[in-house]
Amino acid sequence: MNTRATTSAPYTASSDSGSTSSGTDDSARVWEELVTSALLGTDRRPPTVLAGTTGAGTTDAGTTGADPAGAGTTGADLAGALLDAAVLHTVRRRAGLRPGPAAPPLEPAPEDPRRPLPEAARRRLDQLLAGRAAPSPAAGRRGAVPDLAELLPQWLTLANERGYKAPPAALPALLDAARARTDLRPQALRLAGPRGLWLAGLNPEWRFALRGRGAAGRLPSPEDVQGVRALWDEGLFAERVALLAAVRSGDAAAGLALLASTWTAERAEDRLMFLDSLRTGLSDADEEFLEAALADRSRNVRATAAELLAALPASAFAGRMAGRAATCVGLDRTAESPVISVEAPHECDAAMERDGVVPTPPAGRGERSWWLGQLVEAAPLACWIGRFGGRTPEEIVALPVADDWQGELHAAWCRAAVRQRDASWSRALLGAPAVPPATGPGTSSLAERAQLLATLPADERAHWVAAFVAAHGLSEAFQLLGVCAVPWAEPLGAAVIDALDIARDAGSYPWSFSGVMGLAERCLAPEAARHLDSLTALPDEEEDTAPGAGGYWSEAFQRLVATLRLRAAMRAELDGGPRPAGATV
Amino acid sequence: MPASTVVDMNAMGVRWTAEQVLALAPDDASRRAGSELGTAGPWSGTGRGEGAVWGVCGGSGGRSYETAVDLTAPAYTCGCPSRKLPCKHALGLLLLQASDVTAVTDDTPPEWVALWLAKRREEGAGSVTRPAGTGTSGTVADPEAARRRAERRAARITAGAQELEQRLTDLLRGGLATAEQSGYGLWEETAARMVDAQAPGLAGRVRELGAIPGSGPGWPVRLLEECALTHLLDRAWLAADRLPAGFATTVRTRVGLTVPADGVPVRDHWLVLAQYDTADARLTTRRVWLHGVTTGRTAFLLSFGAAGRAPGLALPVGALLDGELTPHAGAARLRAEPGEHFVPVDAPVSPPPGGPVGAALDAYGRALSEDPWLESWPVTLRQVVPARAEYGWQLADADGREALPLTPAAQNRPGLWRLVALSGGAPLTVFGECGHRGFTPLAAWSAEAPAETVPLI
Repeated sequence: MNTRATTSAPYTASSDSGSTSSGTDDSARVWEELVTSALLGTDRRPPTVLAGTTGAGTTDAGTTGADPAGAGTTGADLAGALLDAAVLHTVRRRAGLRPGPAAPPLEPAPEDPRRPLPEAARRRLDQLLAGRAAPSPAAGRRGAVPDLAELLPQWLTLANERGYKAPPAALPALLDAARARTDLRPQALRLAGPRGLWLAGLNPEWRFALRGRGAAGRLPSPEDVQGVRALWDEGLFAERVALLAAVRSGDAAAGLALLASTWTAERAEDRLMFLDSLRTGLSDADEEFLEAALADRSRNVRATAAELLAALPASAFAGRMAGRAATCVGLDRTAESPVISVEAPHECDAAMERDGVVPTPPAGRGERSWWLGQLVEAAPLACWIGRFGGRTPEEIVALPVADDWQGELHAAWCRAAVRQRDASWSRALLGAPAVPPATGPGTSSLAERAQLLATLPADERAHWVAAFVAAHGLSEAFQLLGVCAVPWAEPLGAAVIDALDIARDAGSYPWSFSGVMGLAERCLAPEAARHLDSLTALPDEEEDTAPGAGGYWSEAFQRLVATLRLRAAMRAELDGGPRPAGATV
Repeated sequence: MPASTVVDMNAMGVRWTAEQVLALAPDDASRRAGSELGTAGPWSGTGRGEGAVWGVCGGSGGRSYETAVDLTAPAYTCGCPSRKLPCKHALGLLLLQASDVTAVTDDTPPEWVALWLAKRREEGAGSVTRPAGTGTSGTVADPEAARRRAERRAARITAGAQELEQRLTDLLRGGLATAEQSGYGLWEETAARMVDAQAPGLAGRVRELGAIPGSGPGWPVRLLEECALTHLLDRAWLAADRLPAGFATTVRTRVGLTVPADGVPVRDHWLVLAQYDTADARLTTRRVWLHGVTTGRTAFLLSFGAAGRAPGLALPVGALLDGELTPHAGAARLRAEPGEHFVPVDAPVSPPPGGPVGAALDAYGRALSEDPWLESWPVTLRQVVPARAEYGWQLADADGREALPLTPAAQNRPGLWRLVALSGGAPLTVFGECGHRGFTPLAAWSAEAPAETVPLI
């Protein structure tokens, strides 16, 4: 057994740091002897260093004599003497400890020029990060307390928008939060900044933060032509994707040139990823390159190129698609009133295939309608105005469609409106919000409606969804609310509050609306809190309501109000403006 | 302290965080119930001022309760029938002001609050929650009976110390190697005998001895060191009448007797350096480190809670508090009892003066001469950087020569990463406990924000 393995190897015992006189050697030898003897037992292995000195030189030898066994060196004497010697050694060693040698210092963390958080916001961040770790309350019932974990993403976004840096002491908790929740990562790492990356490099648990970054942890600036070239030619795939994205977002043409320079030499999977990064800053200048990519060896690359080209209504590709679509869809001139007639394509020829049309339909779909859908989706929406005699999108959508083709045709137009981000067609396809969803002119799918809404200006979106909620309540509104800009603009906030009030009066349980409640907590404008005060009170229980629901509703509204107040406070703290009256922080 | 010196808490920027409030809860049920009341909904007539916060909480069935908290003590009053202290209403009120800045605004206390505050602060004690076993216990009813009780207890401790001494001697004669085989049970039994002997200090040491054989490489050395120190304590107790008075007091403290806080009270502005809990199956012990700005004294307060319950004392780390501490007797005189009122002070905070790592070990060495059983000593290190050695993290002088290792426990705490993050490779000031196992960092101050105390535990 290695008796030298003392508890404090990193320390230097004073006896070692001084001169190497024989006295210090003795001390170490004596201690080793004592440990060996103690380990084996003084009966079996009397400590030779104490032989003949038992009692002498120890602090209180007199009390050892109290042993009734009395005369001579007894076993108990010997053990006591060993302990006496050991305690002397122990205390002397502890009192004489000297510092050990310093290890090489850490590389200093890079400077972060961003401004520090205001004091109150710093405390708030601590609270939000601590709340993340706190256990959620007992199953099901969420209580009246705001859910701090849900507010963290919003707080991070607000702080980053204002150009703050994270307080150094909060970095470990911030990195832990980003590690646990991937949805937080981009914003959390942005706030953590260069010092966060520096710290993550020291702890393997935070390795995720370094992923997708070069060995140096930073990309060359897009103006650094040589640095960009070197990394593009020699970097790892992830580094190159990040580099291309950075260059492209700064200078779209430079990004395209970079990609084109090595395009033919890239592997098919890599080509797909690189091509995808052209979505940023897509313009007619990319047409030639994309047109060439339609001849790519990889089908996925071809499909992506076609998808990108379809978003360029002025491209030759769009023209070809418009031509094809026009031969299939038109006005039936033989009918008394205008009707859209549809003649789906009879074959998918080589030219169509080259333009990204997938010839084989998924199981359960007819191939002709499958081809039609793809043609209409890729054709520029503007071509239909001419095709239907100058009618507006609203008028076109309102036209009856012959032979049950309406569903297919409208669905394809929806996809086209979303892909081409065309607000006027989206508006037409959405129809009036108050019309019952199943009987509308355009689409009845909530998912499609949500996508169409996303192409409208924020203000118009809020109005449309507000009218929808006012007409149909909240049970189908969740997806639509999810695409509205945060905080909800009026009249949307008021519409949601009214609808919740109506749901409560109707005797529903609040947990039927927990999804909308959660959204409302995060998205309602904080000023809406004052409309809610009357709803937080505990109502009298009436006969026709669900038993106990009143208490739950009042709790849910209390949580809503508390969360809104908290969000208002969060924003005020980050703006560093005058504190609200009575602020305690 | 006269009530007139109680100043408005609000101006001080001192505020209880939700975490600190929850730490006051007597049990989990109160914590939950308090959290539910920690929103604006049920409250009316809330306000804060003169070091207190108050409000009226609407309860179930139309009843409502007047609740107030004196933040300077802290002390609580509530109209509810609950016997828990603090009750859920008091907790809810504190949580409300911790989490919602707009809910509780500055105000003058209404009459019922003002009366309660005046009564409390005149009487002093009142309903102050004093942790058990601390505080001046007042006058003894029958000094003669008390003396006889003390004698009987001393005799029992003496019997216990002799028994423990016998146990140690037997162990050394048979060899420490047998300690590994005999396992924890034998030690646990001996510890129980020390509890019977009313010597909790000895019982604690014995329990630690029992844990050493399972503590990894090098255990025989550690076991011999700790056996030897226990032996020294036994011997010192048995010879206490022949020891110098100061040292005899230290021995009595180490054995587990409560020594009175009979030192001269020290009034100062105290910076709260650190607060942390250690818990075993029976007891949660909270230790609060304070540093006096004018006197330069470092002191700690102890507060206890039964298993699973939070100790009553909670002070916000980084706050500067005006108040009085009464040191306990004993050589080191580090432990103290807090006076009735601690009032936040609006003054710039700066870290305690400190020195290089070598001076920290010197201080520990000097302290050992008065109390050889000391595990560590409070020190402040100045101009140190965290660095990574082969064995783990250390704190090194900025000149890159000497370093203190962090204790094995401190190597694995989240606080380590706060320390590293705060430094960013640059020198900082660190307060902690320096001992034979290494250094335990407890608080740090960076060069950019020297007024901000960053807790590391």
